[in-house]
Amino acid sequence: MDLTVIWAFIIAFAIFAYVVMDGFDLGIGILFPTFRVGQGRNRAMNSIAPVWDGNETWLVLGGGGLFAAFPLAYAVILPATYPLVIAMLLGLVFRGVAFEYRWRDAAHQNFWDFAFFGGSLVAAMAQGMILGALLQGIDVEGRAYSGRWLDWLTPYTLLTGLGTVAGYALLGSTWLIWKLDGGVQRHARYVARRAAIATIVLMGAVSLYNIALNAEYASHWLSAPEIYYVAPVPIITAIIAISMLRAITKERNSKPFWLAIALFFLGMAGLGVTIFPYVVPPGITIWDAAAPERSQIFMLVGVAITMPLIIAYTAWAYWVFRGKVGEDGYH
Amino acid sequence: MFDNLDALLLARIQFAFTVSFHFFFPAFSIGLASYLAVLEGLWLKTGKSVYLDLFKYWLKIFAIAFAMGVVSGIVMSYQFGTNWSVFSDLAGPVIGPLMAYEVLTAFFLEAGFLGVMLFGMEKVGKKLHFAATLMVALGTFVSAFWILSVNSWMQTPTGFEMGANGQFLPGPSWWDIVFNPSFPYRLVHTVMAAYLTTAFVVGAVGAWHLLKDKANPHARTMFSMAMWMAAIVTPMQIFAGDMHGLNTLEHQPAKVMAMEGHFDSHPEGAPLILFGIPDSEAKTVRYKIEIPKLSSLILKHDLNAPLAGLDTIPDDREPPVGVVFWSFRIMIAIGFAMLGIGLWSLWGRVRGRLYDMPWLHRAALLMGPSGFAAVLAGWITTEVGRQPFVIYGVLRTADAASPLAAPAVAASLLAFVLVYFTVFGIGVWYVLKLMGKAPHAGEYGVKRGDVGPIRTAGITPGPTQNPGGKDTLPAAKPEKELV
Repeated sequence: MDLTVIWAFIIAFAIFAYVVMDGFDLGIGILFPTFRVGQGRNRAMNSIAPVWDGNETWLVLGGGGLFAAFPLAYAVILPATYPLVIAMLLGLVFRGVAFEYRWRDAAHQNFWDFAFFGGSLVAAMAQGMILGALLQGIDVEGRAYSGRWLDWLTPYTLLTGLGTVAGYALLGSTWLIWKLDGGVQRHARYVARRAAIATIVLMGAVSLYNIALNAEYASHWLSAPEIYYVAPVPIITAIIAISMLRAITKERNSKPFWLAIALFFLGMAGLGVTIFPYVVPPGITIWDAAAPERSQIFMLVGVAITMPLIIAYTAWAYWVFRGKVGEDGYH
Repeated sequence: MFDNLDALLLARIQFAFTVSFHFFFPAFSIGLASYLAVLEGLWLKTGKSVYLDLFKYWLKIFAIAFAMGVVSGIVMSYQFGTNWSVFSDLAGPVIGPLMAYEVLTAFFLEAGFLGVMLFGMEKVGKKLHFAATLMVALGTFVSAFWILSVNSWMQTPTGFEMGANGQFLPGPSWWDIVFNPSFPYRLVHTVMAAYLTTAFVVGAVGAWHLLKDKANPHARTMFSMAMWMAAIVTPMQIFAGDMHGLNTLEHQPAKVMAMEGHFDSHPEGAPLILFGIPDSEAKTVRYKIEIPKLSSLILKHDLNAPLAGLDTIPDDREPPVGVVFWSFRIMIAIGFAMLGIGLWSLWGRVRGRLYDMPWLHRAALLMGPSGFAAVLAGWITTEVGRQPFVIYGVLRTADAASPLAAPAVAASLLAFVLVYFTVFGIGVWYVLKLMGKAPHAGEYGVKRGDVGPIRTAGITPGPTQNPGGKDTLPAAKPEKELV
């Protein structure tokens, strides 16, 4: 396997880690208005207060990693989705500061709660639409984006945006099922069922749309012999979706969350099958965009050394704050 | 063509705006993280509660400053691509890996241990908590290391090769890229600037509370610690700044010419222009007050050493002189004012009256924001001074921007201006409110209402009868003092 493919997997891993980990943070933000003022909101936010910053760092790794490993892709995708990226960044500004500000200013707590919700919603929607804009293809001339500044706005990208919002709401609500108890947990369960159904429907819609979108995507899924290798992806996805709905109904504790992650994993694997070997469809493959070997090796050494440590101390931080967020903090 | 120029100018303003805003937060949090580590270490070593109280006092402020730094920093990590895509594509193979290292070795470290630092004291115990604080402090420093290496490489690029596709490619040695010629100087100068920025903020807060109550032991401790920093680090910083200037003279002479206002060459010793009004059109400094030959003495350590001026630099490679000339002087003036405060405090200490000198306290209060002003002025000096290049001598700023239409950039710039002034203005207001409260015994940490990840020992609110349902307990005010 060559270094470029390894780097494609590393970036995909960073994006997956971000989507799952900040996904549940953003999902809680999206669902925030449905929680009651006071205990409900306080506990929902406190369940992620110690970890959200680490979760968001994966976004910097995803972006920074793309810049370093596939600079051409970074230089094309960001101008192509310029208004979306700016909206995402500003959404994350409001979401991030709300964690601190809402405790600092009791008189304006409702305002910062709204900022937490709005920032999370805008960021999630923008992220989903960036994904959609990438999948639907980006016009490139030479080494630069050559489209116009609203090319990203199509029914398809609205669909991927909504799918991401629903998916994050699913992650957030299943996280809260795990971390809370009592009435707030019951509420999380109620929301999780609805978010799960919305996610499954939208995932299906995006998948079908992808196949209709261009012939090459369709051939990755429907032509022989590929179909024998990739057929398990939708089948396993369906099995996981059903078990997740059952786990929510049966009032399981952490199982819905883990199954939601599995659902996201399969969704990303499916997108990988669809898009490979392009990093910017329809024209730029991962090899066209890759940084030179010296850059790849230098960074690979860093990843090999630091990634196990990062995973270890991140896991430790989660372990420290394990358990339910109860009346008096974590039990 | 005109459209393009507009978009370029807007993109430059946007980058300058967002990076300047962002820079304030790490300039403060690098020093504050170290200060918190020192306070916690002193508490563990001596067992004196005053250090723990101060730790908790500043921890609340750190939490807000850090959050502002994080969210404004993420903007920076994407703005290379959104607005400077040509630069990103061409320079990515060289500076991308350094920034990836910053994420891997610094950002994760800070963020991973921040939760434990803010909320975990009761959960992990004193020693592990101290370790977490040290990791956060280390993370802020490592972050400075990498990002200043990137910035220095853009100022003094070495160790690269040009690819056939126009990209900058890494040469055989990464060491030559990371440790490029201006990096050690810039790193030392910037990190010390961050420490001084924090010291003067801490000193001002201490001074404010001493003016209100000169017996407050917490205010005394923080004021004294800050004044030691002012007295010891300021002279070191002035020395480091001088070394950095000599390094710049060697590698970016045009920048030093602009700083000095030397439009003309001086074959027999150049004067030091204290003040004046640079006129780039006429290529002269009007109304100048100058000391003969002093510039040659400072820069060449010889009164009669010849110094070249901007007349030796082609016009299209000259930086804008006015901005660089003035920002440099502002930085220098603040530096010497800081030195003055440091010496004044030493004199007060010798006389045993450090806490009994209202005029020193007033001056220290006035100097509270001086570090931020100096950092910004220094940053403008070095960044504007390397224009018109983004990678010095090899890639022009004008050739590095994204192919964006002016309205798109104008809209995003407007959004950034509105959001930053509102959000960070409010954040600074919250920080000032916290600073306005007198530090006292039994200080609270980062407290989160009546429920939350922190549980101060002995404080357990009674359970509600209908947990999570309709709330019977109002959310406690975060600053409610229960002790």
